[in-house]
Amino acid sequence: MQQNWKADFPVFAQFPDMVYLDSAATSQKPAAVIAAEAAYYREANANPLRGLYDLSVRATDAYENAREAVRGFIGAASAREIVFTRNATESLNLIAYSWGRSELHSGDEILVAISEHHSNMLPWQSLARETGAALHYLECDSSGVYTEEALRAALTPNTKIFAIAQISNVFGRISAIADFARICHENGTLIVCDGAQSVPHIPVNVQALDVDFLAFSGHKMFAPMGIGVLYGKEALLRKMPPFLYGGEMIEYVTREGAEYAELPHKFEAGTVNVGGAVGLHAAIDYVNAVGFAEIVRREDALTAFAVQEMRQIPHVTIIGGDDPAAHHGIVTFAVDGVHPHDIAAIFDSDSIAIRAGHHCAQPLHQHIGVSSTARMSLAFYNDEQDVEKFVDTLKTVRRRMGFER
Amino acid sequence: MSDNFYDEVLIDHNLHPQHLHDLPGATCSHAGMNPSCGDEITLHLEMRGGIIADGSFTGIGCAISQASADIMLDLIIGRTPEEARKLAALFRKMIGGEITPEELEILEEAGALQNIARMPARVKCATLGWRTLEHLLETAD
Ligand SMILES: Cc1ncc(COP(=O)(O)O)c(C=O)c1O
Repeated sequence: MQQNWKADFPVFAQFPDMVYLDSAATSQKPAAVIAAEAAYYREANANPLRGLYDLSVRATDAYENAREAVRGFIGAASAREIVFTRNATESLNLIAYSWGRSELHSGDEILVAISEHHSNMLPWQSLARETGAALHYLECDSSGVYTEEALRAALTPNTKIFAIAQISNVFGRISAIADFARICHENGTLIVCDGAQSVPHIPVNVQALDVDFLAFSGHKMFAPMGIGVLYGKEALLRKMPPFLYGGEMIEYVTREGAEYAELPHKFEAGTVNVGGAVGLHAAIDYVNAVGFAEIVRREDALTAFAVQEMRQIPHVTIIGGDDPAAHHGIVTFAVDGVHPHDIAAIFDSDSIAIRAGHHCAQPLHQHIGVSSTARMSLAFYNDEQDVEKFVDTLKTVRRRMGFER
Repeated sequence: MSDNFYDEVLIDHNLHPQHLHDLPGATCSHAGMNPSCGDEITLHLEMRGGIIADGSFTGIGCAISQASADIMLDLIIGRTPEEARKLAALFRKMIGGEITPEELEILEEAGALQNIARMPARVKCATLGWRTLEHLLETAD
């Protein structure tokens, strides 16, 4: 743990005493990303894709170069398969609206993992209501494990699509997406992978996983807020109707209708977020420079350290079990007798940022029988001292709430 | 926020709430919800002879919502609905950071929640009981 990666992130110079353990909500941004977005607005800003002059060509190039960087980052076959959105939520909604409303009918079934973030659940609920398709949930055990047997048993000849996160934002557990994709495809079912918590932390290759769709957010992977990605297999995207209508997504328009633009522009109506895309490009370059070997090594070591310390503290329960290897940078927990909001407030008074609540996964909390929990989540820029401070405060929570005095 | 935000007053009302129980003689009840954090309390009042003769709350929530509701009941039991409404208005004023020292005296132990204004995410917890009370008095009239 020698390297001080925090030096790359200006926010830590601004708040040297802060311990930031909420990276699953949003990551901090390295100076390189902030500078890249600023440089775009200083040196290349124009409305891309439409201007017939040099500056607009620069903006267009910056945008399309970012798309190519994303393609390479997730191993997609073609840049036509990379659609820029605002965030994972919009990507998932795009699938549900465009693919869903054109392909699903009453009698069809949608299968959604019960631990999904609301962003990968509510679009499917609404799709089911509108089309008359049936919505079913795939249940996990109390450690957040989804088995192949359970998936096989849940799939029926009518299951058209299965939605699941690669890493759950509550358990931090990795699901065997490649195996699930194979099982789904044998059944003629598409698989949507929510990569919001995985793409920033582990190498993800869409062709190796063979997922049909992958959604993720830039802001959780060191990029600015407001830029996200939808990956979709080209054959699927080609058949899907546009999601939003307007400028930039047409070939030509008549009084009667329009011919839609080529992929991926068909799905990018209106003026796009070039600054955000440039920032995402810089974030990808940054992640590649640090390297996933380093990122995974640090995050796994810090997670294991945290779990080992936490499981020795009386009255602390780790959601999803005590196995350090099961939590990838995300440790959700409860403290007997103390409401998670009070836990977070006590951490805040020690300048430690953690999350409390249902983490946008209320059905999961109902499933595991708690109404809310606290969550600490790491990124590779965290260090052992951060975890030590976290553990020190955690040990004091019950006493500071009046227990065992 | 200072280390002692959870001072003795809040801790005591949270760990040993006097008014957290059913109220068999209740003449009116109302459920209040704080959807963002799952806090859920039901306020029960027993109105007799134009005063709040007794009151209680049931439900679950964070220390702030529980302690605040318990302190509120200490304040309003034995008062008229009109007096309770005035206290609720004062409490809101305190949360809004506009209360005078004299007014703060009137709120007694509820003054322990004065600094909640600096934690916007928790304001809803502190006001849950009071909001539920206001609703109850409105509909009970
Ligand atoms: C697993 C998962 N999916 C989706 C989202 C939604 O991300 P965003 O709010 O960036 O759209 C999150 C973020 O909290 C998440 O953790």
